[in-house]
Amino acid sequence: MAYLGGEKGMSITVNGKQVELFESVQQLLAHYSLENRIVVVEVNRDIVMKENYATTRLSHGDVVEIVHFVGGG
Amino acid sequence: MNNRYARQALFLGENTQQRIQQAKVLIIGAGALGSASAEMLARAGAGKLTIVDRDYVEWSNLQRQQLYIETDVRQNLPKAIAAEKRLAQINSEITIAGIVEDVHGLNIEELMKSHTIVVDATDNFETSLMINDAAMKQGIPYIFGACVGSYGLAMPIIPGETPCLHCLLEHLPLDTMTCDAVGVISPIVQVIAAFQVMHVLKWLAGKTMAPIVQSIDLWKEERAEINVAKLKNPHCLTCGEKPIYPFLQFENQMKTHVLCGRDAVQLRPGLVQEYSLEQLASNISQQVTNLVVNPYLLSCQFEVYRIVFFANGRAIIHGVTDSKKARVIYNRFIQMGGACK
Repeated sequence: MAYLGGEKGMSITVNGKQVELFESVQQLLAHYSLENRIVVVEVNRDIVMKENYATTRLSHGDVVEIVHFVGGG
Repeated sequence: MNNRYARQALFLGENTQQRIQQAKVLIIGAGALGSASAEMLARAGAGKLTIVDRDYVEWSNLQRQQLYIETDVRQNLPKAIAAEKRLAQINSEITIAGIVEDVHGLNIEELMKSHTIVVDATDNFETSLMINDAAMKQGIPYIFGACVGSYGLAMPIIPGETPCLHCLLEHLPLDTMTCDAVGVISPIVQVIAAFQVMHVLKWLAGKTMAPIVQSIDLWKEERAEINVAKLKNPHCLTCGEKPIYPFLQFENQMKTHVLCGRDAVQLRPGLVQEYSLEQLASNISQQVTNLVVNPYLLSCQFEVYRIVFFANGRAIIHGVTDSKKARVIYNRFIQMGGACK
């Protein structure tokens, strides 16, 4: 697992891949440059509403799924 | 009778095969996703395939748009026509209608009428939201799909059951990545089209369609699946209690106006958004010449056209007198600029 700036020794699973722990959903989205994009985020099988991205804390072992809406085809 | 569908019928059953052969499928967009879906559905024996597209075949399409060949580019064939021709060679026993048309709020309902299911293969959210409105209004299942780079997503939208695209998007994205801005590789096209056609077959087979949005990035080897039932908005203006289908309304359509005697067309997008002209300029600087930016507008030479683009999305395109063509140029320009805030 490459160290990308999160908390050392702690990890979460994002879209099936293990990455280091980020403090909040908002920070995780910022890491992927998705803050201002249309995304649906799920933490441990529960969708996080947009207005709660900043206050939703992540913990070691959390399973996160992110779907990003794009236009193209 | 030949047995061209034998293997498929063995898997799906004769009843479903019958339903496929009675189905009338509308595919909007004959680009990469549309080509792939249309070919699969033609081979599957979909009774009627309607494929609508406003563009013509170019060299840059051939890498991933599987219905087209070099001759189509040389002949400047509209995609809908080239697609119809190729699909008829693949399956002469089905009805295929290629329609060269810019889909907008005033013609989408007529286009969609009498179809069983609609497959989204467009390259922009504005059209997708319009298709979503029309599909919800007419109670037709709508299979959303999109891809850029090596990433894509798909979801079945069933009127009265799943959330609709408007529930999920709420408003138009500020930063619309598209093929022209970031590129795309063909494997993701095949995967997303496969998801979409799978949803069509499952719907025709009478399966329950779960409100699950699936995404996959082939290059990064990442995938996600989210059940979005929770996002169904009871107040949604498209699928809620009091629908007004906002994207079908004329006020929300791109308006074009031919400027008499000026060899120019003005375009005004239906959904006004503020663009950062500086950011737009930096994104397009490699592809245009004579680039000028001031606080009010951006002006540049793009191919043989001079484009004057205002911060609210309004534009005047010089060197063209045809509204339809001006829209195509406008969309290519926006895509190239990454349509950023």
